[in-house]
Amino acid sequence: MSNPPPGPIVLWLSSRYENLELAQAVLDHVCKVRGVGTDAEHWMGVALREALANAIKHGNRQDPTKRVYLSLAGEGETIEITVGDEGEGFEEAAVADPLAPENQMKTSGRGIFYMKTFMDEVTFSRGENGGTILSMKKKLDSDTKKGVHTP
Amino acid sequence: MKTSVTTRDVGDVKIIELHGKITIGAGDLQMREAIHAAITAGATKILVDMKDVTTIDSSGVGELVGCYTTATHKGTKLKLQSLPPKISDVLTVTQLITVFDVYPNEKDALASFV
Repeated sequence: MSNPPPGPIVLWLSSRYENLELAQAVLDHVCKVRGVGTDAEHWMGVALREALANAIKHGNRQDPTKRVYLSLAGEGETIEITVGDEGEGFEEAAVADPLAPENQMKTSGRGIFYMKTFMDEVTFSRGENGGTILSMKKKLDSDTKKGVHTP
Repeated sequence: MKTSVTTRDVGDVKIIELHGKITIGAGDLQMREAIHAAITAGATKILVDMKDVTTIDSSGVGELVGCYTTATHKGTKLKLQSLPPKISDVLTVTQLITVFDVYPNEKDALASFV
């Protein structure tokens, strides 16, 4: 039986990369409270940082006056991370496959792939006021609690 | 662990040691600057020691790919050593682990340059 969920925890962050450390600290706290293993915590942290970096860089174009929404929540055996930006939105279908030979040596384009690899569910939607809303879920099965989860 | 980069020479090999996070807005740029500085200074053999890297993200991976490409174009051999399992996993899932020359320890890495 897992510990009760502490959330949802909601943060509004200015579009600065320094805020990734704050978000990471909050996720680490949530994982500790929920009894998540260190490996699963690490991979969720990587996915969270990718999501926030995308929101800051591609969504809000590093405009510090634009904010990034972050929610950390969990029901039952799941942790859900939601990230929203105030950008123009994007077409997920237009994102190139980083595993394609022609993309292998590109210096960008792997963030969404990593999120999908390290989380169990990743969905994108359009916000009511524009921007992109990204929702990621991680199931807290017995392996993730023992910390034996690998990509 | 605070992100930092240190360098040292073993023979004609420039060893660049990375510590902490190699992530966007922090370690990624420090890593690129250190590798580019070594290439500009004329290094022909660069060994990136990653044993103290705690996290790498897509930006750090992208910078590593860019540095590898730059080094190759300049005729510099760039190799990696001592990847922690989680760092190796990040390179493996994007199939980059086969692109880089990766060695388990410094002894094997140095020997490979001969």
